[in-house]
Amino acid sequence: MEKLVVIGAGMASGRFLEHLTERNRERFEITLFGAEALGTYNRILLSPVLAGEMALDEIVTHGPDWYRERGITVHLGNAVTAIDRGKRQVISRRGATPYDRLVIATGSAPAMPPLPGIGLRGVTAFRDIDDLQRMLRVAQVPGRRAVVIGGGLLGLEAAAALHQRGMTVSVLHLKGHLMDRQLDPASAALLAREFERRGIRIVLGAATRAILGSGHVEAVALEDGSVIEADLVVMAAGIRPETRLATDAGLYVERGIVVDDGMATSDPAVLALGECAEHDGVCYGLVAPLYDMARVAAARLHGGEATFRPVRTATQLKVSGVSVFSAGDFAGAGDREDIVLQDEAAGAYRRLVLKDGRLLGAVLYGDVTDGSWFFDLVREGADTAPIRELMIFGRGLADSAALEPYGGRCSLPG
Amino acid sequence: MTETFVTDSAQKTVRTTCPYCGVGCGVLARPEADGSVTIAGDPDHPANFGRLCSKGAALGETLSLRDRLLHPQIEGQEVRWDEALDFVAERFTAAIRQFGPDSVAIYGSGQLLTEDYYVANKLMKGFVGSANIDTNSRLCMASSVAGHKRAFGSDTVPGNYRDLELADLVVLVGSNLAWCHPVLHQRLMAAKAVRPDMRIVVVDPRRTVSADGADLHLPIRADGDIALFAGLLQHLATRDSGSDYAAAHTLGSQAAILAVRNWDLARVAEATGIAERDLSTFYSWFVGTENVVTVYSQGVNQSATGSDKVNAIINCHLYSGRIGRPGMGPFSVTGQPNAMGGREVGGLANMLAAHMDFTPDAIDRVGRFWGAKRMAQKPGLRAVELFDAMAAGRIKAVWIMGTNPVVSMPDADRVRDALKTCPFVVVSDMTARTDTAELAHVLLPAAPWGEKDGTVTNSERRISRQRPFLAPAGEARPDWWMITEVARRMGFAKAFPYNSPGEIFREHALLSGFENGGKRDFDISGLLAGGYETMDPTQWPVRETPTARLFAGGEFYTPDGKARLLPITPPPPITRVPGRLMLNTGRVRDHWHTMTRTGKTARLSAHFAEPFVEIHPEDARRLGIRKASLVRLARGGREAVVRALVTERQQPGNVFVPMHWTGQFASSGRVDALVAPQIDPVSGQPALKMSTVTVEPWRTALHGFFVATERPRLDMDYWAWAEAAGGVRGEFALKEEPAYWEGWIAERFGDGTDVQRLSVGDRHAGRRSFAGVRNGRLAFALFVSPDPVLVAREWVVGQLEAEKIDGIRILAGRPGADMPDRGPIVCACHGVGRNTIRAAVRGGAESLDAVGAATRAGTNCGACRSEIATLIRTETAMVD
Repeated sequence: MEKLVVIGAGMASGRFLEHLTERNRERFEITLFGAEALGTYNRILLSPVLAGEMALDEIVTHGPDWYRERGITVHLGNAVTAIDRGKRQVISRRGATPYDRLVIATGSAPAMPPLPGIGLRGVTAFRDIDDLQRMLRVAQVPGRRAVVIGGGLLGLEAAAALHQRGMTVSVLHLKGHLMDRQLDPASAALLAREFERRGIRIVLGAATRAILGSGHVEAVALEDGSVIEADLVVMAAGIRPETRLATDAGLYVERGIVVDDGMATSDPAVLALGECAEHDGVCYGLVAPLYDMARVAAARLHGGEATFRPVRTATQLKVSGVSVFSAGDFAGAGDREDIVLQDEAAGAYRRLVLKDGRLLGAVLYGDVTDGSWFFDLVREGADTAPIRELMIFGRGLADSAALEPYGGRCSLPG
Repeated sequence: MTETFVTDSAQKTVRTTCPYCGVGCGVLARPEADGSVTIAGDPDHPANFGRLCSKGAALGETLSLRDRLLHPQIEGQEVRWDEALDFVAERFTAAIRQFGPDSVAIYGSGQLLTEDYYVANKLMKGFVGSANIDTNSRLCMASSVAGHKRAFGSDTVPGNYRDLELADLVVLVGSNLAWCHPVLHQRLMAAKAVRPDMRIVVVDPRRTVSADGADLHLPIRADGDIALFAGLLQHLATRDSGSDYAAAHTLGSQAAILAVRNWDLARVAEATGIAERDLSTFYSWFVGTENVVTVYSQGVNQSATGSDKVNAIINCHLYSGRIGRPGMGPFSVTGQPNAMGGREVGGLANMLAAHMDFTPDAIDRVGRFWGAKRMAQKPGLRAVELFDAMAAGRIKAVWIMGTNPVVSMPDADRVRDALKTCPFVVVSDMTARTDTAELAHVLLPAAPWGEKDGTVTNSERRISRQRPFLAPAGEARPDWWMITEVARRMGFAKAFPYNSPGEIFREHALLSGFENGGKRDFDISGLLAGGYETMDPTQWPVRETPTARLFAGGEFYTPDGKARLLPITPPPPITRVPGRLMLNTGRVRDHWHTMTRTGKTARLSAHFAEPFVEIHPEDARRLGIRKASLVRLARGGREAVVRALVTERQQPGNVFVPMHWTGQFASSGRVDALVAPQIDPVSGQPALKMSTVTVEPWRTALHGFFVATERPRLDMDYWAWAEAAGGVRGEFALKEEPAYWEGWIAERFGDGTDVQRLSVGDRHAGRRSFAGVRNGRLAFALFVSPDPVLVAREWVVGQLEAEKIDGIRILAGRPGADMPDRGPIVCACHGVGRNTIRAAVRGGAESLDAVGAATRAGTNCGACRSEIATLIRTETAMVD
């Protein structure tokens, strides 16, 4: 049996092991190292846990038993500290573990900008269970105030969850509109209005100068001179691929660990997948392409020919009562056409961006039930001309029977 | 039957008569405690035996006070009645003094009651001293009057409705009976259902719904009727030498036959465009059937040769003796509720009174009866001539009663211009919102149906009471009262002593019998014995008893007592003008005249909710006219813009546009503006059905559709609105896209801050939808597109009354697959749409009764049953 070592027990890793162990379990002797103690859990669902809508054990997808059943040796809470490619072994607290094939799935780390005061107590990222528990400890105390730095997907989910926990919450966002990578200004404005309606303060164009406090955080100072008091500061200003082990091991690393279509790194014995990998110049942070990488890597290890193809991604914000969906590319440009729907009464918004009759991107706010349908249209790149007139109203209406020329197009029976 | 009122619960049910077509159906009206009025057909009325058509059934919905004229107005200012009446009397008197009696005129209506008509006629012909009183009945059946008089010596309809049921062959000529006289058509179809051997032939250039229910449709060329009946007379003459009846009771048959001697099948086929085989079938059916009724209507009358058409038909009946007995005879059906009553009092410029003409004897007799010193000595100006005279400045004062000549007259724009230049225009009507009322100097609020009291005569000579069941609204008064008051103020108080319609009717009845001695057909002196209030529907003449049929015994009202056959040679065929199409006009099923009443109900407005032109697919293709696009029709600088209804029901080379749409309901749907003011020289009736027009696509940047709870400001390049449940609906078009839509909409549909806005826009494709929501309910929605905009209209209209709306579906303009759209309304009574009916047929309901059981469609008035039958046929054919 070949010795396979996997570094990282995140979502991509979990999915990879599912695929790998689906067939021919005799082929590999697998050892898994995970830095966190809990096992593999659905990180996307940390927000509902923070909000108190789900329990922690509900989000665990692959616990110790799952690995045991598949004959995988698991070392949880045991981070790999180095890779020795020459000896084909990884080094951890328990010593060296040899491998024939190695998979790096170290994920990413929150970006912690070098702000004054970033090291104060009460300043946290929102990435893992430790972060979650740190936040919950502060939130437990009534009357506490939180500042979330970063109005992207993660920051908004954290802000909503903390607000639900009873905290007074402000969101500081550097750009002119929330979720600027996923939303257009109109939908972002609806989103900001909804957050403000709930009592969450949204500060746009907010550049953080420093985090203030002595020992424990007390406030956040902005470049414009304003100061916002805080008992908790959540840094949600982006992530960076976790590549330290690969870099140290001399693998080819740009922003992430550079992989080919088969997820192989510059060392053919070593594969990388997940947020730490960089394919064709792109690092991915959303789950769909990561799962695709997992599928490709597993197939390759079994000798298959699967290749990773970049796909367009779709985003949904997981804040209860707020529905936002965004897929594909919706930046405005001269050769693009858009279809925009606004419904003040329902607080709904939709925007479709087309080019040459094909759907490039979609943004939905309010009612996102048709999100996956739009996402399919984006991915398929199909000619939308036949359904253009009704597409924006969603699948149910776009598929509705054609109207007759009379009665359909004028006020005559015909 | 002798009871005037039927007591029913606490409220009083009133027996009255429908105000629409000439069938003259009995109606039971019961005002309810909540202010509504329950309407039902009168089971005891011999015209309808309880049936009502879609229009009649919806009468209760037309009684609202919205848009009612409730107070007299001078130059737009409300005034007291005294002031208004003094002013009218003064201006008429001044015009007569300065310019003579012929400088004033009254233009009346077939919707006036007999009593109104009588007083107006008496004022003009006896006391003003001019016969310048004509009416919209001139547009309706003047040719029948002329034809009757030439043949019978009197304006007499010989038969009755029962004859249609007793006949073995019924020929409908120029009559879309199914839509224009629906209850009579229902009676006919019911009779045919019992006796399937009975045959129905429809002679009409269009394949109407009446033709759908016929055994034979003869798609005749416009004005081919004389050739058709010339051929029939020739056919009759070659098969027998004429009936004993003709020999004994008629004159002129030899000359009549001589006039048609060359009209064999081939020639008739050429002149009429009808296949020889079909002609031959029709002729042999006629010859082989003793009981034949020929029903004719506007397709015959509204023609430059209308009177000759009437006589060509009557010739055939006289020659073959098919007249006066049960189940046979020529039968003119009138379009209006009281066209006949108007004829009876003499309410046409060429008649004097009580079926007397301007003969010295009659003038003397009527003058003595009225005590009138200034009797008119000669016929006055007939409708077209009247407005010509007005345009020439010879009419200084006119009083228009209950009619809308700016819409209904030929060359209607010229009529509008004539009224604009007329120094004094009085309009009495129930509403000020008519294209004619807008030009009046004085507006007098007339009591409408439901408030007025009097009599009407239907097409079978049956006099029925119209009884009030509502108190007059505001200061509305009956027309007879206004005329009486003006007459008194003009110095004729002694001759106008009337305090009630009963007194007027009594005088009218007395005059009919005055020095009559059986010499005049119209004699209702027999009615004087009975009570006016309790009068039952009665057929005249009534000397001792009512008369169901005339002329069976061959006694005519000519000096020698014999009827006349006229030598009528078919006119040369109408020359086709290259590049032009023949314009036919007429009615739709659910509207009445200029829509002042039917336009108030959503139910009746749903069938055709905008003006249209029916055009054959070949013409449409040749002219580049697409289905449901907008079309411009033009003649001599006048134009109309209407929707294209491309249909094979229309003949190539011909188009049809309904007569109903006015400037109140559409930007440019007044089709009579395009009609040439050509008249039948004998009857003076305008040829409303055969003008030639150019037809072309009307190009526009954007088409739109809207619904709204309130009528929006309508100033688009094209617009047409209609009543809808919970608001209004409309079509529109814009030549140019507004730069700022939100502002454009706010200006027209309101900019209330309580309205939440919804929109969807595909700027590149030019498609947009907008909606406003107030308190969770739809306030308005509009849809625009470069093409005629695709929207499930009936569903969107229904959203005006929805408690809860779905913004996405509203903007999409359709309900989605999970909520079927009922489709365009077919059954107005129950609001059943075409899609619902089709679905029922597909579900196995393959007969009228089955569809009725499944959907209720066609189970009330039955006016839509022909359309349902067609749907069943097409749907089952598709399945096969």
